[in-house]
Amino acid sequence: MSAAENTPRKLPGSLNTNRRLDRWLRINRDGTVSVFPGKVEIGQGILTALSQIVAEELDVGLQRVRLAPTDTSYSPDEGMTSGSQSITDGGAALRYAAAEARDLLMQKAASQLGVSLEQLTVTDGTIKARGGGSVTYWDIATEDLLKREATGDVPPKPAGQHSVIGAAIPRRDIPAKVSGAPSYVHDLDLPGMLHGRIARPPSYGAKLAALDEADVRAMPGVVAVVRDGSFVGVVAQREDQAIRALNRIKRIARWEERGGLPESTDPRFLLKETTEDEVISEKSDQPAAARKAKTLEAEYTRPYIAHATIGPSCAVAICDDGRYTIWTHSQGVYPLRHDLSKVLKVEPERITIIHSDGAGCYGHNGADDAALDAALLARAVPGQPVRVQWMREDEFTWEPYGPTMVVKLKASLDADGNIVDWVEDIWSNSHSTRPGAAKGVNLIAAWHLAKPHEPSPPRNPPLPGGGSHRNAIPIYEFPNQRVTNHLVKRMPLRVSALRALGATANVFAIESFMDELAAAAGADPIEFRLRHLKDPRARAVLEAVAAKAGWKKGEKGDGARGRGVGFARYKNGAAYVAAIVEVEIGNEIGVKRAWVAIDAGLVINPDGLINQTEGGLIQTVSWVLKEAVQFDRERVLTQTWLDYPILTFDEVPPVEVTVINRPELPPLGAGEGTQGPTAAAVANAVHNAIGARLRDLPFTRDKVISALA
Amino acid sequence: MAITLIVNGKQHEVAADPETPLLYVLRNDLKLKGARYGCGIGQCGACTVIIDGKAVQSCDVPVSGATGKQITTVEGIARNGKLHPLQEAFIAEQAAQCGYCATGIIMSAKALLDANPKASEGEIRSALKGNLCRCGTHQRILRAIQRAAKEWRS
Repeated sequence: MSAAENTPRKLPGSLNTNRRLDRWLRINRDGTVSVFPGKVEIGQGILTALSQIVAEELDVGLQRVRLAPTDTSYSPDEGMTSGSQSITDGGAALRYAAAEARDLLMQKAASQLGVSLEQLTVTDGTIKARGGGSVTYWDIATEDLLKREATGDVPPKPAGQHSVIGAAIPRRDIPAKVSGAPSYVHDLDLPGMLHGRIARPPSYGAKLAALDEADVRAMPGVVAVVRDGSFVGVVAQREDQAIRALNRIKRIARWEERGGLPESTDPRFLLKETTEDEVISEKSDQPAAARKAKTLEAEYTRPYIAHATIGPSCAVAICDDGRYTIWTHSQGVYPLRHDLSKVLKVEPERITIIHSDGAGCYGHNGADDAALDAALLARAVPGQPVRVQWMREDEFTWEPYGPTMVVKLKASLDADGNIVDWVEDIWSNSHSTRPGAAKGVNLIAAWHLAKPHEPSPPRNPPLPGGGSHRNAIPIYEFPNQRVTNHLVKRMPLRVSALRALGATANVFAIESFMDELAAAAGADPIEFRLRHLKDPRARAVLEAVAAKAGWKKGEKGDGARGRGVGFARYKNGAAYVAAIVEVEIGNEIGVKRAWVAIDAGLVINPDGLINQTEGGLIQTVSWVLKEAVQFDRERVLTQTWLDYPILTFDEVPPVEVTVINRPELPPLGAGEGTQGPTAAAVANAVHNAIGARLRDLPFTRDKVISALA
Repeated sequence: MAITLIVNGKQHEVAADPETPLLYVLRNDLKLKGARYGCGIGQCGACTVIIDGKAVQSCDVPVSGATGKQITTVEGIARNGKLHPLQEAFIAEQAAQCGYCATGIIMSAKALLDANPKASEGEIRSALKGNLCRCGTHQRILRAIQRAAKEWRS
């Protein structure tokens, strides 16, 4: 056999790595369909969208679709739920798996009814022959029907036949969530459950020098004090008792701290760090370069930004006879199990990880860390479930932040106002230190044990998606271009994936600079962008948002109010997003209104897409106007919401979303598309309003004052 | 120490330290999980309940301070097996992403509308100043509350 014959053919989405149909779907005799997604709900409504895909392709009512919680004992391994890939990975797998399952059912029906496939129609799982006679999926589906590898040969329905895909189906999970019913891992309440808390060191790298454990053990309700190196946790009968014990530990423990944080919160410390440099895009056209008439330079930065979930991370674990069962809101149960297995020193098969919803995470927060915390405490009280919830300050001080970044830009215009040369340099840490790496362990507690694990070497997700360099390569057509990624290796603060990764800072910089260049060229910002864009879908979102907002060519602010635009195609391969925002500047900057146009290809659930787009915009306005993690040389100082204000109800703008549906095209990842365009639109609106160019996020009152000075 | 609480019209005896924040008693002793921990110091509103008609952050109230008072949690606002108009409106407007903050917001909104069914959008926004939402669902939430208020009045 040749090598080519040995290589399995490429299947759509996550079907490629989880190739059996029964890994995804089961047709039940009771008239239901079980679906086994490997992607998880993180507030983006993905489970509703996946149900729609299955209902559509299988031709069954939505109410028949049952979603099994993601669980390492049976779910397909889809890695992480991240990067706006749930529809393109998990959705594609289910779309093809369901289409193929339907085909197998139809073939079986044809043979049972003694007719050809052409004579069959199916409605809600009942297959009818034109000449009479019918069977149901529930009658003919046998155990072995889906026990086979997918071929990927059965095409999904053409767009013209869609009735469930494309419909604004209400979210499955919202009724329970607004009723107050237990909905999150935080709400899990098992018989005999104990409560744990972790007494983290006061700063990175601090070592526990002394702790009177007996003092803590003597406290009411305390069942165990778990100490291993500098990892300290407490288990108590009641949650309030665990918190009292935690507070006691914090008072009496002595730590040796080591410092080592950057000298200031100004991101420019990155420029002095050792970097690994890579030119990620280079184009050369000498005659075009020779037309240079005017050159501009600018530098943009963003600080460390916290995910700042509303519900601090939580997990429940039971350790029984050397086996662990762990409930978690992790974004990746298999990668988490991989790391847990190393720390707990048990085979992965002896660890069952069950996903349960958490509060919105917006990337890699404390979810995985809390799972190890719960496991380590559960090990001390075999057979008894232990629930660990982080305190607010645990989440703020120990979550891995979205990395700080610096972007330097230099570009030249010709006499006609066309960009003829573009030079871009970006400085950042890696944007992914998630669990699941071959080497090392990416869970906090593992670093604090007496025999510590090293964190794994940071992985900067490769292009075209990219990590720090996500969206660093401009999507515009420039004849000369050089983009260099300076990957900063040292990570003084813990960092990882925050919604949109490097795209936020890169698009903020590119799109702010596009406005600066447009001004230098005497051009309208939207017209200037269109001048450099060929892709018709890119042009269409810009034109759509301009029309919706009633953008007037060359419109100017009035010294207090102004509007600005931002555009990007997320990851240069996912959804196209253009945003216009209106700002008003008084004592502070307020975003008063916003318009967004988005093209995410085939839309599975338009309301879900709009909800994600509105939310993405509002969250970004919060980042842009308010957010920066504070620290001194020794400690992270951001501990409570007072230290880290976010946008509140009296500050949020109305957002008008225009969806450009392209039912004939594949769906594109959309959940992180608004971040970059929104950040730039705010900066451009401020400039439009008051003539001041803000290049350092966040745009607090001080920044406005110094820009005006 | 036994403490008597009146929650959703029913009397309960709980054995807890009097300083225990009401939130933990509701969640763990009474198994009412709708009030949620977010910050523990009254800054985020995820744990909001209504005590004697006022929206209160239950993480910030010692259980001993709630004895003898009428405590209403989100589990206690449905009537005759039907969700409260605010809850119905949240579903109708799809006013949630992760939903973790939603129950606290519903309770803040209920306290406001009970006292002032004609609350304007500005008054609603102001009443929700103490409730944080991180997903950016604010506009849908505001629409849902206004929708419920309209029904309230009619």
